[in-house]
Amino acid sequence: MEIGSEVDPSSATFSLTDEDHTLGNSLRYILNKDPRVSFCGYSVPHPSEARVNIRVQTTGAPARDVLKDALHDLMAIGEHVRATFERALEQHKVTRSMNEMSMRSGLTSQHTSGSVRDQ
Amino acid sequence: MEMDDLPKGELPPHLELQRTRVVCAADAPSYTESVQYSGAYMAYDVDNSLRMEDFRKNFRVEIKSLNEDDIEFDLIGIDAALANAFRRILIAEVPTVAIEKVYIANNTSVIQDEVLAHRLGLVPIKADPRLFDYKTDEEIANEKNTIVFKLDVECTHMGERVKNASDQLKWLPAGSEMPPDSKTKFTSFGCSQDSLPAFTSEAIASRYPDIVLAKLRPGQAIEIEAHAVKGIGKTHAKWSPVATAKYRMLPEVVLLEDIEGDLADELVRTCPVNVFDIEDMGPGERRATVARPRDCTLCRECVRGDGWDKRVQLRRVKEHFIFSIESTGALPPEVLFTESIKILTEKCQRILTELL
Repeated sequence: MEIGSEVDPSSATFSLTDEDHTLGNSLRYILNKDPRVSFCGYSVPHPSEARVNIRVQTTGAPARDVLKDALHDLMAIGEHVRATFERALEQHKVTRSMNEMSMRSGLTSQHTSGSVRDQ
Repeated sequence: MEMDDLPKGELPPHLELQRTRVVCAADAPSYTESVQYSGAYMAYDVDNSLRMEDFRKNFRVEIKSLNEDDIEFDLIGIDAALANAFRRILIAEVPTVAIEKVYIANNTSVIQDEVLAHRLGLVPIKADPRLFDYKTDEEIANEKNTIVFKLDVECTHMGERVKNASDQLKWLPAGSEMPPDSKTKFTSFGCSQDSLPAFTSEAIASRYPDIVLAKLRPGQAIEIEAHAVKGIGKTHAKWSPVATAKYRMLPEVVLLEDIEGDLADELVRTCPVNVFDIEDMGPGERRATVARPRDCTLCRECVRGDGWDKRVQLRRVKEHFIFSIESTGALPPEVLFTESIKILTEKCQRILTELL
C-alpha cells in the first residue's frame, strides 16, 4: 500500500493492494458521507491487477486521518450489523420453536404458522 | 404522498422520494443512484452525513425464513454499497474446503483424468473451514491443512453398469496412503484427524451423497486419492460457500388514486404474480388494494397500459434489502453471513495497520 502525492496532506490517493470494489466502494460511500470530505472517488485501474485507488480530498483535515476514521466507522457498522443480525436470529428461533410447540399441542390453527413463514 | 415510515418536515416530499425510492416507470427507472455527498441537501439545512447514532437507531434486521441451507432476511437502513460488500464477500471471499489435488493411480473409465478431477473439485465437502489453515504450495500437507479422500472402485460383475457417486469418496483421517511402495507419503499428519475433537462425532464427507462422479462398465476401474484444501471463491468457484447470495430492493406498489369497479378487476387480472386484491366496499362496489407488494417482480405490466401510469406507481425502497443466501452446505447460511462481516472487518484492520 502506498500514498500518492504528499504536497498537501489534505488530499491523497491511497493505493490498496489485494483489494477490489468490495472495500473500494464501501470506503467511498463512507468517506463521501463524511462532512470533512470535499471529494472522494475510487477506481480499479486494471481488472486483472488486484489493486484499488482511493482518492480523498478534504476541507483541511489530513486525508490519512479521515481514511482511518472511515475504516473505524466501517468496522463499527459491521459490528452493529452482526449484533443486530444475531439478535434477530435469536428472536426468529424463539418464535419458531414457540410456534412448533403450540402446533404440537394443537392449540393454534394453520393461521399462526402460515403467517410466520410468509410474512 | 404517503411516507409514514419517515420523519416529517425535513426534505420537501419530492426530494425525499428521490432520496429514498427508485421510481420504476414503464420505460425506465429513475432516481436509481443513492445520494452520497454529505452536503447534498445543505440548501435545505438537512445533513446527509453518516452519523453512527442515526445508523444504530434506524438499522433493522428481520429474518423471514431460515432452514438448513437457505436464509432470507431483510436488511433495513443500510446503503447498497455495504449490502453489496457483504454479497461480494459471501460469493468470493468466505473460505470453504474443496478438492484441489487428485492423484490418479488407475482410471480405465471413459471419463478422462482431468474431467474426473474437475468433477471431484466441485463436490461440496461438509467440513468447517474455520478449523483448517490455508496451505501454501511449499507447505507440506498436514492434518491442519489437508483432508484426504480415497475413491477405489471397480466394475466386476458382467453386464451391469456401476454408478459411482460422491458417497463412495472415503475419508482417510490418517492421511495419504500414496505412493503405496514408499515410506514417505504425500502427507505427513501429526495425528489422525478423527482424534481431533471437532471430527470425532461426524466423519468428513460430501454434503450430498448422490452426486454422480463416473459410470463404469464391466472391467473398468478407478483408483484415486483426492486432497482437499481450504480456499476462497476468488481463486476458483468451487470454494464459493454459496450457491447464490443475492439481494433485491423491497418493491413498493402505490395506487395514486382509488381504482374501482371494472378497472380494479382489470388491475387484478394484469398482474401475473397476484399483487393486488379486491376489497368489497358494499353492494356492487369494489376497490383494488395492494395486498402482496413483496411478491412484485417489477414486470411493470400494471403500468404499461393506457393511462395506467397515472393510477399505479411502482417503486423500490432504496435502503431496504431482501437478502437471500443459499449455502452449498459447508456452513449454515446464517453463519456464512456473520463470517462475511468478520472478513470485512479484517480487511479494514489490515488497511489500518498498514496506515500506521
